[in-house]
Amino acid sequence: MAVVSNQPTIDLREPGGWRRSKNQIATGLMYFAFVVILVPLGLVIFEVIAKGAKAISWQFLTSSTVPPNVMPLGQGGMGAAVVGTLEITAFAALIAVPLGILGAVYINEYGGRTWLSRLISFMSDVMVGVPSIVMGLFIFTVWVIPHGLTGLSGLAGSFALACLMLPLVIRSAYEMLLLVPNHLREASYALGATKSRVTLTVVLPSAVSGIVSGSLLAIARAAGETAPLLFTVGAVESTNTNLFSGATTALPLQIFSNALSPYTGAEERAWGCALTLIVIAFILLFVARIVTARFTRYTR
Amino acid sequence: MEQPEQKIKLTLPETSTAAAAKQDGGFTGASVFDAKNVSCYYGSFRAVTDVSLTIYENEITAFIGPSGCGKTTVLRTLNRMNDLVVGAHIEGDIYYRGASLYDRSVSPTAVRRRIGMVFQKPNPFPKSIYDNVAYGPRINGIRSKGKLDEIVERSLRQAALWDEVKNRLNKSALGMSGGQQQRLCIARTLSVEPDVILMDEPCSALDPIATGKIEDLMHEIKSRYTIVIVTHNMQQATRVSDRTAFYSVLRDDKSDTRTGVLVEYGRTQQVFEDPHDARTQAYVTGRVG
Amino acid sequence: MSTDVQADPAKSAGSASPLSQRRPLGDRGFQLLALCAGLLVLAILIGIAASTAQQGSDWFSTAGFKGIFSTVWDVGNNQFGMMAFVFGTVLTSVIAIIIAVPVSVSVALLLTEVVPRRWAQPIVTIIDLLAVVPSVVWGLWGILVLEPWIEPIYASIASGVNGIPVLDNLFGESNGGVSGASFFTCGLILSIMITPIITSLSREVIATVPAIDKEGAYALGATRWEMIRGAVWPHSQSGVVSAILVGLGRAMGETIAAALVIGSSVQVTSHLFVPGYSIPAVIANEFGESSGEFRSALIGLGLVLFVITIIVNLVARWIVGRSTRRSRGA
Repeated sequence: MAVVSNQPTIDLREPGGWRRSKNQIATGLMYFAFVVILVPLGLVIFEVIAKGAKAISWQFLTSSTVPPNVMPLGQGGMGAAVVGTLEITAFAALIAVPLGILGAVYINEYGGRTWLSRLISFMSDVMVGVPSIVMGLFIFTVWVIPHGLTGLSGLAGSFALACLMLPLVIRSAYEMLLLVPNHLREASYALGATKSRVTLTVVLPSAVSGIVSGSLLAIARAAGETAPLLFTVGAVESTNTNLFSGATTALPLQIFSNALSPYTGAEERAWGCALTLIVIAFILLFVARIVTARFTRYTR
Repeated sequence: MEQPEQKIKLTLPETSTAAAAKQDGGFTGASVFDAKNVSCYYGSFRAVTDVSLTIYENEITAFIGPSGCGKTTVLRTLNRMNDLVVGAHIEGDIYYRGASLYDRSVSPTAVRRRIGMVFQKPNPFPKSIYDNVAYGPRINGIRSKGKLDEIVERSLRQAALWDEVKNRLNKSALGMSGGQQQRLCIARTLSVEPDVILMDEPCSALDPIATGKIEDLMHEIKSRYTIVIVTHNMQQATRVSDRTAFYSVLRDDKSDTRTGVLVEYGRTQQVFEDPHDARTQAYVTGRVG
Repeated sequence: MSTDVQADPAKSAGSASPLSQRRPLGDRGFQLLALCAGLLVLAILIGIAASTAQQGSDWFSTAGFKGIFSTVWDVGNNQFGMMAFVFGTVLTSVIAIIIAVPVSVSVALLLTEVVPRRWAQPIVTIIDLLAVVPSVVWGLWGILVLEPWIEPIYASIASGVNGIPVLDNLFGESNGGVSGASFFTCGLILSIMITPIITSLSREVIATVPAIDKEGAYALGATRWEMIRGAVWPHSQSGVVSAILVGLGRAMGETIAAALVIGSSVQVTSHLFVPGYSIPAVIANEFGESSGEFRSALIGLGLVLFVITIIVNLVARWIVGRSTRRSRGA
């Protein structure tokens, strides 16, 4: 039962000329923008690996003597900086992550729509934008100065990094808590649990993967920060494993001080530290991704 | 009279279009759409099976049927809107005024310029009333203010909205009531002077008065356009449409699949007063669906 | 007649007062703990403002408001005018925004509208990698790799625009010639660093455009680009502007990369290819050796930076708030 049409054939091809070109140009530019961001990323990774690889050695990573800038590569190593970075960042995380989660719990579970909780939520978003050097100045002013010279320590650095991490953890934990469906809370309440119990036993566990991955990203960010440490941890010539007393150093600080020095040894050490730091940051990023992917698979 | 759910193998009897044609004594106007054995898939799920029908010029054709019977899916294949859904594809052919709609050389953009669509929930752009209606002409290259003014007024008049908004064309379209927004969407569709207007349950989000206005509008513009409307509301189908296509869900218990099928298609009066198929009768008399 | 007396369920349970109104101590304690954690945010922000103000008061008492607007910076003679640094901060951040915004918004659109879902994930990974590279590494690369490479390019541009009115002022040589470490290089590095945040915030905004609006545009026969301009853009306009402001705030506060590549030269000039200075850079570079009024001035600069970035972030939040109210209230 074909219907034979006596009408002229309709032209259903692309709208010609200008409209089509505009669309194609726009799409092309968008792809080009992506290529544009690939370029610096590729270049920096390439350089860091190329120049940093030759500095990396077991001695480099563990030797506890920090060589003066003029020394060539091979003398001493960055053990002090590695230890410093690990200790300072770990302690900062120890402070910031629980406090951040608690803060997010307050905003989401307890605060409700009160002006105080909205203020805290608003301000923690604003705090994300506070420059890291201001955090360093803050801790310098309220901790280092009152303690005099003994104020310079890994602890002070941890405080500064914790200030930096706190709003990041609050924000990501808050987003995760929002995603926990209300009926889970209600089921727990209906069994007679108190709010704290509901939060601790039902809400937080179901948001844990997102919170963990958000915290890992905050830690990655903190590990790479230099400015908060500039005025808070001082400088040392050998490893200081005591977080609470005595100055110390960290990888970003070493990169900074070596970058400005004219000696080749210093330059090479800087690249070595950069490679170490990037590897740490990338590992944290990938672990965060894996955590998210795994648990999303289970909960969805 | 209870009719058990018929478990039919997927070969259907002679389609109703042919029967309607015989009854009609021939075709009334030119055919606008000619669907031949069209099956619609979302990935591997067959949403609609083996639909064949013809839509005629300057008529209002209604697609009715229970939920999930694929009537919206079929509607959206008529202007290639399902291209936007990942994994959607069709088997069979759809001809639009003799040209194959799914041919490789066909541009969906060109198709949609000629075959417009009004959606279930009014979706005006967050711009002024004027800019909403002018959007279509503008992307088609019309820049002169004079011409645009003319087109906007004409489209708004056709949509029976001009008098209500002529003094506030620069106000945001989001400030209007639901019924007004839907008429704006119709005006926007009319502004590019399409050949066909597809409507996907356009009144389901509106109150009866707004619905009435839109149904009057449809009658008025029928002489210039061809309209296909999906509706849940059978009274509406009887009020506005010339022909009605009734779709239903076919369940295959052996493979536990559901798919939509075209059960009957004919002049509205016949489908409602003297349905050929028992399922049609059950639906239109309110027993099922 | 049965005279069943209903046992009081409260009393019949073994525990002390199960229907008591008072919440157990642990529960209240937890709430208090959470509240304190939240208040910590406010405490820190207030603490920053107060402590930097107090430390900077030394400088402020001698320099006064004039000091903020003065461009004279002479450490030897205790002249600490801040304007040169404010200028440098703003200039480098604006350069960063001009470069980063087209790229970031394009990539955001690419991710939400153009690429099929499968390819979105690798692109997002690349953006995440870009974001996680520490700023000091960007600075290191900037000073050791980018700077020597770009200086001859600046030199040829400078000689090319020699004599042309506006371009010469921007890109031409200043009295010292051109330098690889300069305002422009700093802006370039900053733009790389702020691209991820602008992209991801823009993406979030663009993803909230209702699909039905996009379908409406397509149904009128629009091409994808026309659909973006008609349906996506009006919805995401203010969100993207807010994202840009957040990026601006980040650029202004970025310390280490700036400290390394900006050239450390106190000057206010229109020439982009010459060394300059910005607030965070001068603090980072000079703080260690500073004392007395000098140190106080640097801390004062820190306060100024704090205030500027807070204001920028507040405006960003306000813009988003205003548009959400507008589209909801309609």
